[in-house]
Amino acid sequence: MASTAVTGTQGAGPLGTGAQSADAQSTAVYTDATVRLFTLAAVVWGVVGMLVGVIIAAQLTWPELNFGISWLSYGRLRPLHTNAVIFAFGGCTLFACSYHVVQRTCQTRLFAPKLALFTFWGWQLVILAAAISLPLGYTQGKEYAELEWPIDLLIAVVWVSYAVVFFGTIGIRKVRHIYVANWFFGAFILAVALLHIVNSAAIPAGPFKSYSAYAGVQDAMIQWWYGHNAVGFFLTAGFLGMMYYFIPKQAERPIYSYRLSIVHFWALIFTYMWAGPHHLHYTALPDWVQSVGMVFSLVLLAPSWGGMINGIMTLSGAWHKLRDDPILKFLIVSLSFYGMSTFEGPMMSIKTVNALSHYTDWTVGHVHSGALGWVGLISMGSLYYLIPRLFGQKQMYSVKAIEVHFWVATVGIVLYIAAMWIAGVMQGLMWRAVNPDGTLVYSFVESVKATFPYYVVRLVGGLLYLSGMLIMAWNTVMTVRNGSPTEVRIPVPGATPAHA
Amino acid sequence: MESLYLLIPLSAVLVLIIIAVFGWAVHRGQFEELDYEAERILTDETPPVDQRQSRISAGAEES
Repeated sequence: MASTAVTGTQGAGPLGTGAQSADAQSTAVYTDATVRLFTLAAVVWGVVGMLVGVIIAAQLTWPELNFGISWLSYGRLRPLHTNAVIFAFGGCTLFACSYHVVQRTCQTRLFAPKLALFTFWGWQLVILAAAISLPLGYTQGKEYAELEWPIDLLIAVVWVSYAVVFFGTIGIRKVRHIYVANWFFGAFILAVALLHIVNSAAIPAGPFKSYSAYAGVQDAMIQWWYGHNAVGFFLTAGFLGMMYYFIPKQAERPIYSYRLSIVHFWALIFTYMWAGPHHLHYTALPDWVQSVGMVFSLVLLAPSWGGMINGIMTLSGAWHKLRDDPILKFLIVSLSFYGMSTFEGPMMSIKTVNALSHYTDWTVGHVHSGALGWVGLISMGSLYYLIPRLFGQKQMYSVKAIEVHFWVATVGIVLYIAAMWIAGVMQGLMWRAVNPDGTLVYSFVESVKATFPYYVVRLVGGLLYLSGMLIMAWNTVMTVRNGSPTEVRIPVPGATPAHA
Repeated sequence: MESLYLLIPLSAVLVLIIIAVFGWAVHRGQFEELDYEAERILTDETPPVDQRQSRISAGAEES
């Protein structure tokens, strides 16, 4: 009762969303309003992005499904799918988690909360512009960087604001040590800024048309320097930041080796930059550049697996938690997919393997083992951790539904990647088969026909994954309806021994 | 391969920046007492404050 009376006087400050008390020391709260918005947006865009994925998977199986409408055609919906899942779902998850983690580990509110709110609405505007312009056919034709130059400029403004908020928060931290997750988030933010600016350099030729500043194979090299580093920093470093915070939090155990996590970070950022040329094996790119790309890709196996083992071994001695806690299942199984795809990737970058795998559906399977398995599951696990806390609940509305989501999603991923492995190797073997007289054994369309059953299995896998996301959306709605936005007070310095 | 004239110097500059940041971190003692730092994120949670907060909110609505 005494504590209620004491806090009662402090509680005179406004408790509304995002409100800050003048008496910062005693009643300062974390800036969670923006985190809440990004979290909910992530769930919504997850459903949308995965739905578009299922639609285009169906179109590949039955091409009639584009109904002859240009803006429903595969070529326009495919970039919509990739942009929605990577930048809308993945992006909003990254914003939410980085804003949450940087505040908790630095024990301070966000630097410039209004700018943080601007990053939310700015990013939603980017997504909206993408959702309109891509089906209409406006594109720069660069994979994962399709958006036209006015949208690129908006992305740059939002991203610089993001960097200001994030590094500003690091700057006003109350804890001297910068937790390892923040290093990963910081590297992700800076690298993506650099990649975006270099790769999107273009000469405008009208409001919705531009020409790349680079041409031919030069452009291809820049594009895949961007493309692979986008995988490395947007889809890996950022999500590793989430892994290093949410796995220890959910398991209630410190990371297996904090030293290894630091080695993981520096090794990863030192070696990532030159893996890109492996996307251009056997092209006009000079042979030595291809080999450099291959070697760097192989080197990457070491830090990747170091990080994966570090995360999984956090449960060492407490494996039983994996049985009872579906959120931990999401987080830990995501790491096993991370391990799988970071083994498969270097292997596929070996030129002789690439000669078989390139341009086949094996590549698509590899990407989705990383995207659905690693990025998707770690995001969902982290969101399941965040959502109840942001709305004053102890746990999600239905823990059973999290369990169901986990199994539906995992079965979906396995169906998806197994189908694409078989289809890809089959396609590669069919395309390279030659008769004794040197002519091709199979025409291209024969390989397409042979792929049909695997496309059906892939569609089923995608449908399962989307169903899981719908369960999550329902669970989120119910959790939010039962709770209310909750402010969390920042621990008062001195209560904990370590601060600057 | 003119694009390499852009990308390779860019990488070299980046590596220098990474080395500088790493040096800053080492000199500022960022990598000392690591076991303690790994544990700290587990203890800095403020659930009691949070609960009291909700009680205050509830109280404010009632009054």
